[in-house]
Amino acid sequence: MDIVLQQLVNGLTLGSVYGLIAIGYTMVYGIIGMINFAHGDVYMVSAYITAIVVALLSFFGIESFPIIIIGTLFITIAVTGAYGWAIEQIAYRPLRNSGRLSALISAIGMSLILQNYVQISQGARQQGIPTMLTGAVRFDVGDGFVQITYMKLVILLVAFLGMGTLTYIIQRTKLGRMCRATQQDRKMASILGINTDRVISIVFVIGASMAALAGVLITLDYGAFDFYVGFIIGIKAFTAAVLGGIGSLPGAMLGGIILGVSESLFAGLISSDYKDVFSFSLLVIILIFRPSGLLGKPEVEKV
Amino acid sequence: MSALMQFKDVDVYYGPIQALKKVSLDVNTGEIVTLIGSNGAGKSTLLMSIFGQPRVSSGEIIYRGEDISQKSAHYVASNGLAQSPEGRRVFPGMTVEENLLMGTIPIGMEHAQEDMQKMFDIFPRLKERRNQRASTMSGGEQQMLAIARALMSRPKLLLLDEPSLGLAPIVVKQIFQVLKEVATSGMTIFLVEQNANHALKLADRGYVMVNGEIRMTGTGDELLVNPDVRDAYLGGH
Repeated sequence: MDIVLQQLVNGLTLGSVYGLIAIGYTMVYGIIGMINFAHGDVYMVSAYITAIVVALLSFFGIESFPIIIIGTLFITIAVTGAYGWAIEQIAYRPLRNSGRLSALISAIGMSLILQNYVQISQGARQQGIPTMLTGAVRFDVGDGFVQITYMKLVILLVAFLGMGTLTYIIQRTKLGRMCRATQQDRKMASILGINTDRVISIVFVIGASMAALAGVLITLDYGAFDFYVGFIIGIKAFTAAVLGGIGSLPGAMLGGIILGVSESLFAGLISSDYKDVFSFSLLVIILIFRPSGLLGKPEVEKV
Repeated sequence: MSALMQFKDVDVYYGPIQALKKVSLDVNTGEIVTLIGSNGAGKSTLLMSIFGQPRVSSGEIIYRGEDISQKSAHYVASNGLAQSPEGRRVFPGMTVEENLLMGTIPIGMEHAQEDMQKMFDIFPRLKERRNQRASTMSGGEQQMLAIARALMSRPKLLLLDEPSLGLAPIVVKQIFQVLKEVATSGMTIFLVEQNANHALKLADRGYVMVNGEIRMTGTGDELLVNPDVRDAYLGGH
């Protein structure tokens, strides 16, 4: 019983991080119909930026955890957002009017460029930062106990704050309405006076910012990372986006949490060696029985 | 009267196919001008070319003294041109209110609440449905929404593409009644229609388009009694 609860908690934190990254896949897909395969590497870049900011802050003698996490979040989100903006300008905008395949190949190229650029500039070895927030809360459950580290609580809190803020922006603000309009009918949006190119840029920045949020949280918790760390987590987040229904914002968050929880339960109760196999099997099953995902709308052929 | 918008020898191509051939027409401030023609004559192409979709390959579209034929759609929209397009194109996943707010992009939210009330007065059906998603509404309601959304930007020139398409005769009547009211308020309207009877009765002037060319022009009344127009568009034999 205690192990189920423990894995539920672990899964929830993992899933909220998957959800954050999945947002970038789903929003970009929703607005330009393209899978941004460089998105996982944007996450990887944000992990390096996190480490650099942490190092800088400690160089200036700042040791208090709240200041470190807030400072890291702000700077990392800003710099990673700039990466997202630049990637769109360089790799996707020139190909806006060519076929989908060209943009996809460009995305794969961008992913390779980011990995190699970080590998060359930062080195191929695994890097790490020390754990800064230690301690945990414990709950007794039956004979055993469930332990939640303070860092995991911070992850949950920040991730849900991030998702809540984004949902508010998309649902309630003018910027959000402009994003949704561009997603639903780009041509009509431009006729109404929306600069759709700018909206697309903003969506890339939002996606990268959410990945940066995940990057900061995971790096501060886990510590270790290398230039290849974006690949597997990127594919997992992509799975989460498809699971929830690609193009759907609540779908990405829900998909992330379902994937994280089920993966953790599988790892804890059955086999941690096969947890990736389990995640991707879940994707296959969803694609067979519900190709549009849990919250996605079935594709209707337009006439 | 001065020309608010003027087409000068406009050519438009879809690949090798010429959709508009040396089209010239003008719309003066305060006028209601209609463009009638059958399916595929190029009427919608003409309206969309104002927003550069598709781009004109030669000729000029002069709007308030400036050639806008090569400008971006959002530039055109932010200068007082609003369109209720063919097929209505309301945002299906947005509520009526949100759709209306999309109309305010060029002018900002300053008058949004006041103008929305005005739209609800003109189209009471929209008020009943204000929190409903556009995709769940009937064709007539969506058409009202598309027109209201265009009006929300307080345009100087209102462009309407077949507001009667696919609607029940009673709804068509309602919509033209509303257009009449809007016109009395001084709005300049450029109306593209297949329903020549309604359109010509409403309009001050009209143009007849056949295969991408302007074939005839005259006042609404002249065209209504013209035997060629009657044969081709009004079912008179």
